Amino acid sequence: MKTLLDCHKACKVKILKLNTSGDLKQRLISFGIMKGAEVEVLEHAPAKSTIEIKVGKMRIALRGEEAKLIDVEKI
Amino acid sequence: MNTVDAKACPIIANHIKVALVGQPNVGKSMLINSVSNAHLHVGNFSGVTVDKTEVLFDYKDYHFTVVDLPGTYAFTDYTIEERVTHEYLCAEDYDIIINVVDSTNLEKNLQLTSELLTMSKKVVIALNMSDEATKEGININAEYMAELIGVPCIKVSAATKEGIAELIEAVMLKHETPKNKPKLVFSESVEEEIAQLVWYLDKHKFKSTNSYRNIAINLLKGNKKTYAKLHDEPIWVELQPILIEASKHIELHHDSDDIKESFAEEYASFNRGIAAEVLKQKKQEEKKTLTEKIDSVLIHPLFGIPIFLFFMWLLFQLTFEIGNIPMDYIDMFFTWFGNTIGATIANDDIRSLIVDGVIAGVGAVVLFVPNIIILFIGIALLEGTGYMSRVAFLLDGFFHKFGLHGQSFIPLVTGFGCSIPAYMSARILKNDRDRLLTLFIIGFMSCGARLPVYVLFAGAFFAPDMAGNILFGIYVSGALLGLVAAKVLKITAFKGKDEPFVMEMPKYRLPTFKLIWHTVLTKTMMYLKKAGTFIAGASMLIWFLSNYPHNSELIKSYETKIETTQDKALKLRLGHQLSEAELEQSYLGTIGKFSEPLFTPLGFDWKMSVALQAGLAAKEVVVSTLGVLYALGSDVDQESSSLMGAISKNIPFPSAVAFIVVIMIYLPCLAASIVFTREAGHIKYFFYLFAFTSVAAYVMAFIAYNVTLLLV
Ligand SMILES: Nc1nc2c(ncn2[C@@H]2O[C@H](COP(=O)(O)OP(=O)(O)OP(=O)(O)O)[C@@H](O)[C@H]2O)c(=O)[nH]1
Ligand SMILES: [Mg+2]
Repeated sequence: MKTLLDCHKACKVKILKLNTSGDLKQRLISFGIMKGAEVEVLEHAPAKSTIEIKVGKMRIALRGEEAKLIDVEKI
Repeated sequence: MNTVDAKACPIIANHIKVALVGQPNVGKSMLINSVSNAHLHVGNFSGVTVDKTEVLFDYKDYHFTVVDLPGTYAFTDYTIEERVTHEYLCAEDYDIIINVVDSTNLEKNLQLTSELLTMSKKVVIALNMSDEATKEGININAEYMAELIGVPCIKVSAATKEGIAELIEAVMLKHETPKNKPKLVFSESVEEEIAQLVWYLDKHKFKSTNSYRNIAINLLKGNKKTYAKLHDEPIWVELQPILIEASKHIELHHDSDDIKESFAEEYASFNRGIAAEVLKQKKQEEKKTLTEKIDSVLIHPLFGIPIFLFFMWLLFQLTFEIGNIPMDYIDMFFTWFGNTIGATIANDDIRSLIVDGVIAGVGAVVLFVPNIIILFIGIALLEGTGYMSRVAFLLDGFFHKFGLHGQSFIPLVTGFGCSIPAYMSARILKNDRDRLLTLFIIGFMSCGARLPVYVLFAGAFFAPDMAGNILFGIYVSGALLGLVAAKVLKITAFKGKDEPFVMEMPKYRLPTFKLIWHTVLTKTMMYLKKAGTFIAGASMLIWFLSNYPHNSELIKSYETKIETTQDKALKLRLGHQLSEAELEQSYLGTIGKFSEPLFTPLGFDWKMSVALQAGLAAKEVVVSTLGVLYALGSDVDQESSSLMGAISKNIPFPSAVAFIVVIMIYLPCLAASIVFTREAGHIKYFFYLFAFTSVAAYVMAFIAYNVTLLLV
């Protein structure tokens, strides 16, 4: 299964599942990172420690560890 | 009541309390600033406001109390500052909610709106940033939107003040009309379950202030408060199985095992529907927005960090170069002022108190106002443009290695201005451990009040073209020390799992001149006010302690010596020796001498020890104390009349280095310590902090002193 972390810069994907629960899941959802949402990867920090993505009109920074929890498929 | 009476007591008659709620960074604080003459802190990143603030103003016959609340993405209590908002909305008394919404990102903002609509409060929606929306070719049909969701929607712009009057009118109108039910429609399957619960509540005539529909929605969403309330009711026994069944149906419908996620999807599709109906995008969105173009340079994986370091270097260079231009004039002014005032005072003691105490002390602090202004401008730009979140992004990987959260960068940078707001803004960190860790190292970020000490010493020991670099070096090494300290604390005191880092990156904005001006002015006025009150008082105290007790025998013995000699040079030297000896036997000298052995390993004389101890009250006092001590002390000849000159002449370089190291590390000030204790939640943390910083400062200064001794 492909995760958000595997995506290259400028690649557009659709979210299939959030493999997390509790607060973090709520937080991601309130940022619009939820099942069915379309995401574009904008920038990687060195070694993909942190990535910047775009959901709707919003730019969000998140760590590689969190990106790894998000299953995606290419669109 | 007749009309005359009504006019006589409008306070009771027309008072509206408004709670301002919205997602972070949508312009809530700026909106309040534009309706009143308040100057709330505004910045282009999430989490500027971290505590509730009340602002009062009058409009027509009404007294308004507007409460600015921290921004919140949803009612999830993710961070402390979001909890502040949630608790306020649930527990406090207010008349109406203004839900501030970013027009350029309507769909996402509606998430919070749809949650607010289930609260059974009067709501007015402010579609803020309409100026930006127009520029981006976004047009929102506010009337239609109001009709669709059943609450007034007003287009406003906090920046251009467009629509502000209409907003207030709408609030007044809403206040006078009875509550109506907002229209929030879910999918059919959810509506069915809601209807069933409502029917059940209705059957049992359940007593509640909130509507049955809202209770049903909150129950289904798994809202803890609603649960707790109903749990003790007799109907719970029967209600619970119905609820479980209903939740199962909804989860099944959404193909999910998480009711909260299912509801989020429900809300999202409602919001998408609203946005699709009311929003018209005239221009086709560009492939790459301006923000993304700038980002591709500023957060470039390779160049991002060097660019950031360059900006910092530039800032400190400017702080020194430009800040020092007016210095001579300010110095001249205070010398002239002291002489002029001094000439009018006959009594020797009072003259000395005023001239050598208050004027020398306050003057030494005011001297650095230009430097501080430039530093504040730099911080205001960092906060106002949106670059702040970018640096947090850039540094997160690096910070993470030291056990810090990327978002810690925001309180840490705030700490370069002043530690007090920095301690407060640590609330944006979700986890208590991260927050405490950040609280502990905020002090390592040298605050504006320490800048004078640095500028003073850098200027005293280095050529002007190097001093800016030295200043930059001091700040960077302070920050690096902070990181090392964080690592030490993380592997000893604050062990534990890492918290996730998820942060919104706002679009770049060019802060208006007015905004920068107000931010800088407010902070500078605070600095000056402190100089005029607290520092003046402290200078007087230092003056008293350093002038008393008088030792008449000492004076007499010197005076006879001076009289008997004919040599002019010797006379002068003896005069200096006398004032030095007097100073040493004063109260302050006694204190200094007493603590001197403790500081001798660091190369400090008693004056430096005293200045450091006085600096526990506030860092400006270090400079003012040095100012007083050297104004009274021996060297009052022409070329070293300035404090800088006195310092370079009287303090050996290694001691100066050690002194700077102590200033960098030890406790910021009394006021900050109090705020620290409050934010950390327990007095014991203050003692930990005190012990930690004191030991670290001592050890590092000892090393610095001895290494410098070897090198020079
Ligand atoms: N162009 C434009 N910019 C605005 C407007 N309102 C606010 N801003 C900018 O938006 C940013 C955020 O403003 P704040 O007032 O700090 O936002 P806030 O909602 O109080 O944010 P938090 O306190 O973090 O929740 C600032 O950079 C403002 O200059 C507006 O109407 N038009
Ligand atoms: Mg605010």
